[in-house]
Amino acid sequence: MNRREFTQAMLAAGAALPLGITRAAGQTRGGTLNTIIQPEPPLLVTAFNQQQPTLTLGGKIYESLLKYGADLKPMPGMAQSWEISPDGLTYTFKLFPNITFHDGKPMTSEDVVFSCMKVLTETHPRARQNFARVASAEAPDPLTVVFKLKQPFAPFLGCFDCTSAPIVPKHIYEGTDFRKNPLNDKAIGTGPFKLKEWVRGSHVHLVRHEGYYLKDQPYLDEIIYRIIPDSASRALALENGTVQLVQWADIEFFDVQRFKAQKNLEVTTKGYEYFAPHQWLEMNNRIAPMNDKRFRQAVMHLIDRDALAKRVYFGSAKVATGPISSKTKFYDGKVKRYDYSIEKAKALLDEMGLKPDANGKRAEIKYVVPPYGESYQRAGEFFRQSFARVGIDLVLVGTDMAGWAEKVGNWDYEMTQNLLYQLGDPALGVARTYVSSNIKKGILFSNTQGYSNPEVDKLFDEAAVTLDEARRQELYSRVQQILVEDVPVAWTLELEYPIIYDKAFKNVVSTGIGSHETFGAVYKS
Amino acid sequence: MDAVRSFLRHPSGMVGLVVLLIVVIVAIVAPVAFPVSPWEMVSAPFTPPGEDGLLLGGDTLGRDVAAGVAYGARVSLVIGIASAMAAMVIGVTIGAISGYFGGKVDLVLMRMTELFQTIPAFVLAILLVATFNPSLLTIILTIGAVSWPPLARLTRAEFLRLRNREFVEAALCQGEGTLRIVLGHILPNAISPILVVTSLTVATAILLESALSFMGLGDPNLMSWGFMIGAGRTVIRNAWWMSVFPGLAILITVLAINLFGEGLSDVLNPRVSRRRS
Repeated sequence: MNRREFTQAMLAAGAALPLGITRAAGQTRGGTLNTIIQPEPPLLVTAFNQQQPTLTLGGKIYESLLKYGADLKPMPGMAQSWEISPDGLTYTFKLFPNITFHDGKPMTSEDVVFSCMKVLTETHPRARQNFARVASAEAPDPLTVVFKLKQPFAPFLGCFDCTSAPIVPKHIYEGTDFRKNPLNDKAIGTGPFKLKEWVRGSHVHLVRHEGYYLKDQPYLDEIIYRIIPDSASRALALENGTVQLVQWADIEFFDVQRFKAQKNLEVTTKGYEYFAPHQWLEMNNRIAPMNDKRFRQAVMHLIDRDALAKRVYFGSAKVATGPISSKTKFYDGKVKRYDYSIEKAKALLDEMGLKPDANGKRAEIKYVVPPYGESYQRAGEFFRQSFARVGIDLVLVGTDMAGWAEKVGNWDYEMTQNLLYQLGDPALGVARTYVSSNIKKGILFSNTQGYSNPEVDKLFDEAAVTLDEARRQELYSRVQQILVEDVPVAWTLELEYPIIYDKAFKNVVSTGIGSHETFGAVYKS
Repeated sequence: MDAVRSFLRHPSGMVGLVVLLIVVIVAIVAPVAFPVSPWEMVSAPFTPPGEDGLLLGGDTLGRDVAAGVAYGARVSLVIGIASAMAAMVIGVTIGAISGYFGGKVDLVLMRMTELFQTIPAFVLAILLVATFNPSLLTIILTIGAVSWPPLARLTRAEFLRLRNREFVEAALCQGEGTLRIVLGHILPNAISPILVVTSLTVATAILLESALSFMGLGDPNLMSWGFMIGAGRTVIRNAWWMSVFPGLAILITVLAINLFGEGLSDVLNPRVSRRRS
């Protein structure tokens, strides 16, 4: 019996068992989903930790008021409907009835207000910025939450996904030191799955939350997140069916193509629309020669970004045209284009006076290689070859996680590579990299390159508080034109991480949050 | 001259020497044979050996594996020899002081040497390289710093053996200075076993450098064999050639140095050579 026959036999056996109620649409109750979590998260409470593995796993345990489709439009989460006052200051959410926490206690509007205004403002850097704009949050009745803003904030409705505003139980956290609460180990949320067991270094076992508020959901009985540190072993586990789902960087880019040929697997790049990971070559704008706009423009010309996408990311990437990802709202592709041209790069460098010396060398620049795995190392090597073509020596400097964060956060670098999520709206995920109010020493993922342009500041600020979509588009189009001309960082690629899953599982990728979703609607056919 | 002649008659030693010479020649002619930098992406990624004009294939970025192996020989030999020299300088100095003066000095220096011997060399090397940023110089110094204890103990033993010989006492009676006695009389008589151990240290140094590079702790600007294996390891199921060729290069070079070192030992060890003649 080969593997395929075995799988078929197993599927047949599964179908023959009376596993649950079949609905008209064909969703079947029952089944186990095995997947991977890598690296092992430090804890599961998404309100306190927002690293990718924590969010992927915690997304099943903690829910928020809304979800977002692939088009980034809000969809009902725990809130079944919502209303915005005409002045854009008051947001009223109506919750679904009968929502319960995993410990059996009911979830009410009080928990939402407590989570957003008391917990997240203390523990969640992104949410803190969002809810700082709230003047008051009230719970007039158990199923209604009202947020009143200090001034309009256009993307406020985009702040309620399970990664940005997870709801935690008030009865457990009120009056305690949130991060030290002993019940953090139990990870009590309202999501469709609850924590059964976490064996450190081995796996995290989630089982059905019987009191879930949506009829029949979740369809699956259990989800097991396996911790597999070695990338070759992860690929093998997917290949032989030990796991039926992988996400983010679980599988190295060069292996993705191989799985496209495996018939029982679906390979998709959908499900990352909300995050739209955007990558760039970061240049410290404070230091010569990077402080000259012409140098930064030359960098845009000398990197063959199509080749970078092909050689380092094996096609799982798209060339970025500017600061906003083509998957994010208000993207405008009508900006200055920098084609790959060594001649144009040389001309710009000559013009600014950075001429080659007798050995053909123009400058030596240190490049800190981000310690996040193989593709970053290869990209650094790719950049070094690109710069060598115009006579610039890029000296690669290796470092560890803490060293990289320390160097970049404290502006103690010349060049490096960076990758940020766009979070659905430029006001949430893009402005932070370019506004001068976010030049904050010691804070990673802020305006670390030190770019400052009063006009850009004004445009971003105005666009955040403008409610008219057409006007916002105008403002963001203008900001994109200015930034692409100024090149504060050299945008390289929009990375397209894959989600690969066994076709027996349905509804795996149903929203713009992809693998961070609750998975309540996932079922096994 | 006797030693040279008997080495030429030493079969495995000669094999080692010839192979080693080939590696040295490859290292010297690398820039001529491969005028394009080994980092340059010259072909499609994952080009198998023999295709696209690449004798040993291309790596994940389409870089020439053959060029990498040739340039890697330069890195391995330079690091191997330089760090063995560093280890020899440290080891012989400490061993000589310890053996010649004896007493409390010997006690302190030998306890220190034992301290180094109890720490696993590779772990200490990782710690040192990670603390100082990896570069050619720091790697050489690091490998030197973890490889000297055997040389120190050997030198000490030789000095203890020779210290009370008549020719040393004669020199003492003639009023010669300590430095002159140590460098002019004792060291020349102790040098052959030191040379043998140093040559073997070159081999371990190459292995250490490869292991560090494999773990991503090598100089990121140098194409070395360990780096190539580390970079090719994750794709070994799809593309064996990226890690196999540099692996063979390490195997052959280290084996050649060991054969050469053992040959040297046989020839320089008086008892063995007397049996031969």
